[in-house]
Amino acid sequence: MSAFKRNPKWQAPRIGATELKLLERLSNASAVSGDEGAVRAIVLEELKGIPAEVQVDALGNVLVTKSGKGAARPRVLLAAHMDEIGFMLTADDGEGQFRFEAVGGVDAATLAGKPVWVGPKQHPAIIGAKPIHLTTASERSGALTADALRIDLGPGNGGKAKVGQYATFATRFTRLGPSLLGKALDDRLGVTTLLTLLKHAPANIDLLAAFTVQEEVGLRGARVAGYTLNPDIAIALDCTPAMDQPTWDGRENTLYRSRLDDGPAIYSVDSSTLSDPRLIAHLQETAAAYGLPYQMRQPGGGGTDAGSLHKVRGGVPSISVSVPGRYLHTPAAIVRLDDWKNTVALLHAALGHFTRDTVKGGR
Amino acid sequence: MPMEDTKTLLKEMISVAGLSGHEAPIRQILERAWQPLTDELHTGRLGSLHARKHGLGKGPRPSLALVTHMDAIGLIVTKVNEAGLLHLDQIGGIDARVLPGQLVTIHTRTGDLPGLVVLPAAHTLPDDAASSAPTLPNLRVDTGLRPAAARRQIQVGDLVSFASQPLELDGDLLAGHSLDNRACVAVAHETLRLLQSRKHSWDVWAIATVQEEATLFGALTSGYALRPTLAVVIDVTFAKSPGTPGHKTYDLNKGPTLDWGSNTHPKLLAELQTLARKLEIPFQDAVYAGGHSGTDAHFMQVAGEGIPTAILSIPLRYMHTPVELIQMKDIERAGRLLAEFITALDDTFMDKLQLDDAANGEAQS
Amino acid sequence: MKDIIRQLVETTGPSGYENEVRAVVQKMLKGQVDSMKVDALGNLITRKGQKGQDGLTIMLSAHLDEIGIIATHIDERGFVRFTSVGGVHPRNAVGGRVRFLKTGQVGVIGMEPNQSATSVHGLDKMYIDMGASRRADVKVSVGDVAAFDRPFEDLGQRLVSKAMDDRIGVAILVETMKQLKATPHEVVGVFSTQEEVGIRGATTAAYGVDPDLGIALDVTLTGDTPQAATMEVALGNGPAIKVKDSGMISDPRVVAWMEAGAKRARLPYQLEVLSGGTTDARGIQMARAGVPVGCLSIPCRYVHTPSEMVDYGDVQNSVKLLLALLSKPVKLA
Repeated sequence: MSAFKRNPKWQAPRIGATELKLLERLSNASAVSGDEGAVRAIVLEELKGIPAEVQVDALGNVLVTKSGKGAARPRVLLAAHMDEIGFMLTADDGEGQFRFEAVGGVDAATLAGKPVWVGPKQHPAIIGAKPIHLTTASERSGALTADALRIDLGPGNGGKAKVGQYATFATRFTRLGPSLLGKALDDRLGVTTLLTLLKHAPANIDLLAAFTVQEEVGLRGARVAGYTLNPDIAIALDCTPAMDQPTWDGRENTLYRSRLDDGPAIYSVDSSTLSDPRLIAHLQETAAAYGLPYQMRQPGGGGTDAGSLHKVRGGVPSISVSVPGRYLHTPAAIVRLDDWKNTVALLHAALGHFTRDTVKGGR
Repeated sequence: MPMEDTKTLLKEMISVAGLSGHEAPIRQILERAWQPLTDELHTGRLGSLHARKHGLGKGPRPSLALVTHMDAIGLIVTKVNEAGLLHLDQIGGIDARVLPGQLVTIHTRTGDLPGLVVLPAAHTLPDDAASSAPTLPNLRVDTGLRPAAARRQIQVGDLVSFASQPLELDGDLLAGHSLDNRACVAVAHETLRLLQSRKHSWDVWAIATVQEEATLFGALTSGYALRPTLAVVIDVTFAKSPGTPGHKTYDLNKGPTLDWGSNTHPKLLAELQTLARKLEIPFQDAVYAGGHSGTDAHFMQVAGEGIPTAILSIPLRYMHTPVELIQMKDIERAGRLLAEFITALDDTFMDKLQLDDAANGEAQS
Repeated sequence: MKDIIRQLVETTGPSGYENEVRAVVQKMLKGQVDSMKVDALGNLITRKGQKGQDGLTIMLSAHLDEIGIIATHIDERGFVRFTSVGGVHPRNAVGGRVRFLKTGQVGVIGMEPNQSATSVHGLDKMYIDMGASRRADVKVSVGDVAAFDRPFEDLGQRLVSKAMDDRIGVAILVETMKQLKATPHEVVGVFSTQEEVGIRGATTAAYGVDPDLGIALDVTLTGDTPQAATMEVALGNGPAIKVKDSGMISDPRVVAWMEAGAKRARLPYQLEVLSGGTTDARGIQMARAGVPVGCLSIPCRYVHTPSEMVDYGDVQNSVKLLLALLSKPVKLA
């Protein structure tokens, strides 16, 4: 594989106030898997300013084709999922209290004592907990699961909530010094990245964008999106856990998965995908040529839309690139703004160097 | 609507910290709110706020104290680790299981910082942590700051308070942190507000006590310092909620509870019950056993020569979580009952509280 | 100052039986303070200085008592059964030696056999072996009190002994009262009793003294040993200014005043949040209409074992910090 030279005219797409504002809107919107309408609306609104073909498919994926110029353009698909983990109201216990179940892998240890938003209009409600005064020590040593908890809209709720409605944690996006905090940075960061790349799409490729549904419940939207768009190369844009805290007893932390401040996380292996080595090399060479930081995500569990994309039709060379994030699948994740900026920069630079030859021949 | 003033004040009160032993932020709000409603205002030696509204009787006048603690539960930094994550201890009783994912404010010497309580990845914790519920020693606060910046700005002893915002739910319900016991401070405020347009012969002390959640020393020391003739302690009680035993919990929106047990003066309770019935103000009967009401009444009752004390409680769901829930109507009813009670106090009232007659102790209806 | 410390830690005085220690302190302070008296619970109350215009009555409190044991039964074979006075942890007891106050006799603590070599019985399955073989030879009666017996060791920078909790506080208070010269305050040095059984001496002393400000001098735990519980306090990093422990929240104004004093005097200090235990400051805070309090803690490893370890620099800096604080008017912000 030949190393390539940095394009002297290249500039990273700017991640400024506009992009942060967009991320904030997206993170604060409620779009639990299967109910992605609120985020889809924002995505479609943003796409209005971009000259490209846009369609919404049967599952609710937003599929975009932004054609480049010149001959022999590779079709490069970038996918980011619109959905987020959350809850569904499953039974009405009266007095404004509803039983609920998780949708996607919600961290069960984080349910109690949180405000939530119910339904598309984000009706305020709370998940309480039994007062500590009425618990025993042995009771407190057991986990508080959704079975024992209720979503409470208050006894005055006049039937505004209904069984079957979705709910999310009511966490508003905020800046924390050099970091960003939000309930759905996984994967609204990917969504914002993809919108940004569409606005700055290089001409050497046909950029195909899939804003997918139902990722958190089994990579389901990406499967049909990949089939429809039929790409030469696919890259999933997601968030990956940074489990990089120090250990309690000072041992070296050898299972961090990814680390904040080390740049975009490039996947080699996760539960769903063996990344195409040519794409790994392409991203690494891009980073080297452009002086951009990256980290190899520790091989291991987890999955992204790439798990579906690489298996569509006759198979698609695929990879994932994630922004490392702490506390994913809890009420609030924390990521570093710099890691996101570097992710956008790396992807943009890498897109500019894709050719049909990038994945020619066998892997 | 005048009651709206009380609600506005309450929302302001549950938007500040004022953890036990560090009550200045909430005291400042109350100084401002009670200055126009009372004749004297001073701060006790441990920081309790003492506000007196004079009665019309000839001095020295007897006094009734409305005793409500203003402090709140919270957390405190015990260590800033090499990654800039904060280790915690608690102030007051908190079930650690409500903490992961909780937004908090760290009160540093140089200003407030936002943060998030987190449960670190299981492999970074002791082996037994993965198999059990989260415990405080295993939780951290992540401020989003890089390690050097966190270590520069935050130190051991910095307080950490819940950042949950006041949340209005349909049906005039209010949710948020510290409604235990700011909802009851609002009752005292509502009482003072109603008394502005009434004539009463006794003095009224509104006492916002400190440290109830930690030591009860606010009530102990204010009781010693002020020696009111009577005391009504106003605190929250358990409203029915998922998983709670029915016999220890009360309904939201059926009025305050009047609590019977050994910290309660039987005849003072009976007088309150009688008046509430007469005025058709709904209330619920509550009992506490074990000799300790778990409120300021425990020490208020034994201050100095002893003070006849009653306990009025506001039912509240999810006590000691950042999403406590109350019904505003219960606050309004409690305020009205107390204002009427104070208005009715006269020179002969104390005669009614004598315990040396044969028929004493029969307060329960 | 090491001589004073040695003398104090090698004297015995379990809670309620502090008279020998008190006598040692009285001797040390003879002619060094303006007045000394002993109150109804045995607290030694010493005073120095006059409350001037900007002055306060400041109560300093260090407790005289130490943990100990008390005989509950002497069996036929002369083994003495016992229970604790204060917080004696069973794991620290086995193999320990105790000295009975009345007779000065020493015995050894033994334990009934245990299935597991790694777990420990409660004190009810332990006994004191006085070296006798029958009851008649044992000069111990039910109700007799003993203290742990272990000599003082000077490791140079670090000092080890039983009863560093709280004789090190007592030593610091003795030295402070001796060295204190000009002060705008009435400084009341209280050597309190019965702290280990529930802050009883300091509670009544504070009522009697009725101070404007109180500071307890006591040991605190550290987080600087292998796998220690989380705590930033470490030996040798200076005296610890307490923010909170499990029974008391320091008045934030007093904490700020103590911190400012340490900075002004360029003395090292550390901030302390202790997750277990409490001190005389709790008793002072709750007195009468309440008293603003703080606590100056001496970091100490292995608290409530017979080998409590402190850092000599921390001890000296504690005296310096107290003298710096007491020599100036107090303005609580």
